[in-house]
Amino acid sequence: MELQFLGIGILTWILFLPVAGMILILLIPGERIQAIRITATAITGLQVILAAVIFRHFDRGIEGINSIEGFQFVEQFSWITVEAVPWFGRIEIFYFLGIDGLSVLMIMLTALIGLIGAISSWTITKQVKGYFALYMLLITGMMGVFLALDFFLFFIFWEVMLLPMYFLIGIWGGPRREYAAIKFFLYTFVGGILMMLVMLALYFSVAVPDPVTGELVHTFNLLHMMNPAYYVEGSLLAGVDTTWRYVAWMALFINFAIKIPLFPFHTWLPDAHVEAPTPISVILAGVLLKLGTYGLLRISFPIFPDGTMYFMIFMAVLGMISIIYGAFCALAQDDFKKLIAYSSISHMGIVVLGIAALNTQGMVGGVLQMFNHGIITAVLFLMVGVVYDRTGKRGLNDFGGLANQMPKYTGIAMVGMFAALGLPGLNGFVSELFSFLGAFEAYRWIAIVSVFGIIITAGYILWTLQRVFLGKTPEHLTNLKDLTTRELVCFIPLVILIILLGVYPSPAIELMNTSLSYLVQVVTVPAY
Amino acid sequence: MTEHILESIGLFIPEIILVAAFCAIIIFDLLLKKRTQVGGWILLAALLLCGIALAAQWGISSSAFFEMIVIDPFALFFKFLLVVSGVFIILFSMQNEELMPYKSRISEYYMLISGMMLGMFLMVSSTNLLMMYLAFEMTSISSYVLVGFTKKSIRSAESSVKYIIFGSVSSGILIYGISLIYGLTGSLNIFEIGAAMSAMESTPVFSMALLMVVTGIGFKIAIVPFHFWAPDVYEGAPITITALLAVASEIAAITMLIRFFRISFTGEDASGSFIMIPEGIRWDMLLAILAAATMILGNLSALWQDNIKRMLAYSSIAHAGYIMMGVVVMTDQGISAVMLYAFMYLFMNLGAFYVAMLFSNKFHTESIEAYKGLGYRTPFAAIAFTVFLVSLTGLPPTAGFIAKLYIFGAAVNAGWIWLVLIAGVMTIVSLFYYIRVARNMFLYKPDESAGPVRFDNATLAVLVLLLAPVLVLGLYFTPVLEFIQHSLAMYGM
Repeated sequence: MELQFLGIGILTWILFLPVAGMILILLIPGERIQAIRITATAITGLQVILAAVIFRHFDRGIEGINSIEGFQFVEQFSWITVEAVPWFGRIEIFYFLGIDGLSVLMIMLTALIGLIGAISSWTITKQVKGYFALYMLLITGMMGVFLALDFFLFFIFWEVMLLPMYFLIGIWGGPRREYAAIKFFLYTFVGGILMMLVMLALYFSVAVPDPVTGELVHTFNLLHMMNPAYYVEGSLLAGVDTTWRYVAWMALFINFAIKIPLFPFHTWLPDAHVEAPTPISVILAGVLLKLGTYGLLRISFPIFPDGTMYFMIFMAVLGMISIIYGAFCALAQDDFKKLIAYSSISHMGIVVLGIAALNTQGMVGGVLQMFNHGIITAVLFLMVGVVYDRTGKRGLNDFGGLANQMPKYTGIAMVGMFAALGLPGLNGFVSELFSFLGAFEAYRWIAIVSVFGIIITAGYILWTLQRVFLGKTPEHLTNLKDLTTRELVCFIPLVILIILLGVYPSPAIELMNTSLSYLVQVVTVPAY
Repeated sequence: MTEHILESIGLFIPEIILVAAFCAIIIFDLLLKKRTQVGGWILLAALLLCGIALAAQWGISSSAFFEMIVIDPFALFFKFLLVVSGVFIILFSMQNEELMPYKSRISEYYMLISGMMLGMFLMVSSTNLLMMYLAFEMTSISSYVLVGFTKKSIRSAESSVKYIIFGSVSSGILIYGISLIYGLTGSLNIFEIGAAMSAMESTPVFSMALLMVVTGIGFKIAIVPFHFWAPDVYEGAPITITALLAVASEIAAITMLIRFFRISFTGEDASGSFIMIPEGIRWDMLLAILAAATMILGNLSALWQDNIKRMLAYSSIAHAGYIMMGVVVMTDQGISAVMLYAFMYLFMNLGAFYVAMLFSNKFHTESIEAYKGLGYRTPFAAIAFTVFLVSLTGLPPTAGFIAKLYIFGAAVNAGWIWLVLIAGVMTIVSLFYYIRVARNMFLYKPDESAGPVRFDNATLAVLVLLLAPVLVLGLYFTPVLEFIQHSLAMYGM
């Protein structure tokens, strides 16, 4: 399956459009704020169109995961090639992109949230040029991680996101932005170094015979790393169930767990969320956190099936703790953003629980939950942004009776909050149900305990609804404007998706079902 | 005999050009008292000529002057790096306002730099312990004077004296080590030493001699625990000389260490694989411990610095530690990683020093705290500074990441997992102090009164010259790797 425009593959387009946008933005004089905003919005809009094209042409029946034939829209070019010398062997790094059922939904999510974030960034008034330039770079980084099938490429995109994020939080953030930004940077950088070491160990452990000459070539190709036959005899990560493989699995897991963020690596998230400007919170919760679980599924699971099987209960337990702990913490917050941040930890726990079940229901539930949570938290953060723009306040106790003044806003907020709560008929319910079903089949008690998280979630959501939207209106909140058109444009596609996927989730499930069933098989039925 | 000398002179052209420049600067200074920068231009021209002469030596592998020095691709690679760093240092020096009060003596400054360049050229190519010592001293003595060049500044004078004292002690230790080795093996030629070694058993005296040589050279590289001179000297010296010491002289000393260890202390066993001789001495473990200590101390000390020069000094020490990881591995892979690192390090570290110098010229401060808000007053320089520092941290997509990846890769492949782990942790620590500079520049608003600052086009051009490799080599480094592969061959290996 190939799709090209102007001789360049569609994935390259969707990946590098934002970089082109960044260059364009840098060329526009800084005073022409409106032109910069429009450029950014147009570029991200184009990405959404490309994502729609991909959705239309994506073949739902191909498995993907560990064979190049299973991937679609593949683009593979030699990027760095150094001819063989006796002492080093050949060095080859590929520019290797492709999507399968696992990544396709994430591409949609990134494109959509990217656009929504760009539209909601129109409220930014400080250093607009710098802001949008960094924003565009961030989008490319995220897109690249979801598209890359070469570990080197994956790593580069993974790390490219750090610097823009640091500055986006650090320059445009709230009062404690400096602390939050460096905390985010340090946490993710620790993970990055761990991943780099595993990447190197894998590189030296895996060698593929050249089809023509037969010489062994070390490779960063993720698909080759999934094939036990390519491991060099006696290398660090060769074999099955060795200590080094467990260590490597754990190092990767810590990296991804920091990003997810899973208890006990979650402490950067509430700080980053509270200080980040609204659109960046949306990106952070909507897409960035998914990189963690995506990395587990794309790298840890198929490359280290033995480690995954060995640590599956450990993962499920951490997922459970995140669900319960995140929910309890959310219950205790009276800052609106912090509440959503902790609810994110809780909901990402559900994803981990689902995928740790290692069966098709759990896996589908987990990945769908990644998508749904992206949509739902985007609505929730935008919702906080709306009142914060109007009042400069985020404390839950500062509000009250908003339902009377802002009926449209309240309606949309209700949909978002009920979806987060898992109300049947909205999308959150479907994915949570699947995740828990899968988990229940695999580890009954962990699932049963985790389900209590939902009750706590209902508690904090309903309590928040009551405090913010119902009750008496405080004095200072008497003339608030309802949603503007621009804000409605942000909300409406998300709300439509929440309802649509709640009632009829099949289009999303069909996209990934084949790949995820196959992934379960790859992990649980060893190839050796 | 005469034929050999004539042939050797033919191979010695790049060095002869430097000597000629050295003399020309003195003569022109006497003739044209008023044209003060003339020395700089002469040296610049000489270095460019030297570069051409080096290019003509491409592919040659031969010894000269009775195996005193060799002309081989390995030395050529580092000479090329030295020329590039020399060119940049001269360009920097012409703009350095620290040197302005000494205009009448500025030719001396360039003359000494050409002497130092010559010393470093010989350091990377000598294969005789005596020659190594002479080259080492030539570099050192020139740099003692250069460090104290701004003599009216007390710090500069003090650091020069410190440097001389520590330097002489370490030279003494080095020559003592050399004499012990001579006594044990009966030769000063490192090839003959290598041959004698493979037949020898390890003795305590031998270990001591080795330790002394490592101490002497380690002093020049500034590896822990022989680094204590570096922060004071780096802070006190004119910033251009600091950059020269932190980049060129560090690289030259590491090259000398590699050549010495590689030729004298390694060999091949019957199956053709790499072994260390004489058996029983784990000098790789010794170097590994020094590398680890260097990384730890360099990075942890850099955390607390407020003076940018001092911070960059400690960061250079830390980078010497990373480079030493490749020396520890010592296989072809390790050495090629060192060469790659040196190549990338050259641009990013010179870049960082350059922006620090520009800021010190314009704002008359070396305090990182005083950088607050500069990102809004001089965006381009501040962004460039950030890129250099990010590259020094080792984040993609910059050259520093590739360099670190290769060094880490070589160490992982050779099984030095604990060393790589330390390096990884220290990289995380380094993020903190590098990003602090970027934080101060961008996360604070400048004072209302402070307007934008502009640099002239020449400055921006130099900045772009440094910035381009740092960014481009982070994404496409095939040519550099190929260059290194061709340059790995040492004469006699």
